[in-house]
Amino acid sequence: MNGPVDFTLALGDDALIAAQRLAEWTTRAPEMEEDIALANIALDQLGAARLLLSYAGELEGAGRDEDALAYLRDDRQFRNALLVELPNGDFAVTMAKLFFLAAYQLPLYTALAGCRDERLAAIGAKARKESAYHLDHGALWVKRLGDGTEESHRRMQAAVDQVWPYTHELFAADPAAPVDPATLRSAFDDTVNPVLVEATLTRPEGGWAPAGGRTGVHTEHLSYLLAEMQVLHRAHPGANW
Amino acid sequence: MSARAAAASVVDPEIRVITIDELGILRAVEEDPATGRVTVTITPTYTGCPAMDVIRADIRRALAVAGHPDAEVRTVYSPSWSTDWISDSGRTKLAAAGIAPPAPVPAAGVVPLTLAVRCPHCGSPETEQVSRFGSTACKALWRCRSCSEPFDHLKAL
Repeated sequence: MNGPVDFTLALGDDALIAAQRLAEWTTRAPEMEEDIALANIALDQLGAARLLLSYAGELEGAGRDEDALAYLRDDRQFRNALLVELPNGDFAVTMAKLFFLAAYQLPLYTALAGCRDERLAAIGAKARKESAYHLDHGALWVKRLGDGTEESHRRMQAAVDQVWPYTHELFAADPAAPVDPATLRSAFDDTVNPVLVEATLTRPEGGWAPAGGRTGVHTEHLSYLLAEMQVLHRAHPGANW
Repeated sequence: MSARAAAASVVDPEIRVITIDELGILRAVEEDPATGRVTVTITPTYTGCPAMDVIRADIRRALAVAGHPDAEVRTVYSPSWSTDWISDSGRTKLAAAGIAPPAPVPAAGVVPLTLAVRCPHCGSPETEQVSRFGSTACKALWRCRSCSEPFDHLKAL
């Protein structure tokens, strides 16, 4: 990655794409309370995305605002990790994604709160409080499903196995960034391991580590997500309501 | 009316019983004595709070009515809002409206103790959380086991 612009863009894209995926659950969640929870978490991610993308646009200095960055880039220009663009799958897959994302975002935003860049520090200080709540929520469900019925355990383990390979990309070293993601791995492990143990789930072994999101090489799923997210703005530039 | 008093009188659009001043999101009101230009600084409760645009518009409207048509509303994110900034009068008004006010935020390093949330209707501490998320980003849904009434609880942040 190339300094603070790409770093800020990557974090903003993580939050934006996560928000869009979570919002797909609205009116489809297994229960009313969960519908509200996922929509609220999506809103938090969208809030962080707006701050990060606005700032990335300012750093870039090419006159692009948050809307230009969100709605007028193609998939190869997005810098989000592959984890957030993966389809929602069943509820267990969504919870595995949410849990791993929050276990990464919480130490990330916490470290950001202490970095030298004042704008990023302010965003980190604000977003970390919300991430802590997301992490709680994801961990509760991972435990409840993992240590639940035979069927919920089977699905939760399958979800963890399916999503796990995509967590490695989050911690790819980038020593030039305001916060080097490689330094967050131990905090992630310290959060994730005890929850998986309590949930009676097996932590997958290393191995396959798909990557490419940070350089714009995405899965086939991102284009479909962007098509839905961007269609209105592209058809009616500057639409507002 | 002073610019400060006008801005402080704006009510929160989603919790209409308390003002933005009592909620702690009104951070500063400055008036340039030479030009009369007013600069208001606010901070959001949550990053994605959808009420911010309405709050900005309400502040400009309240200032215009009070004789301060030249106003700018700035949004800051640091220091980040905490429920500890809700004033005592704000807490009293929340409870009177059936919204259980937040407990103090535990200091870093202190083992968090789960305090009972008192039912704002009957005062009973016999309550339970129904949903960790509620009607707005800043609230959770609770229920009283004594009087059976559901109620909103403003989450400590």
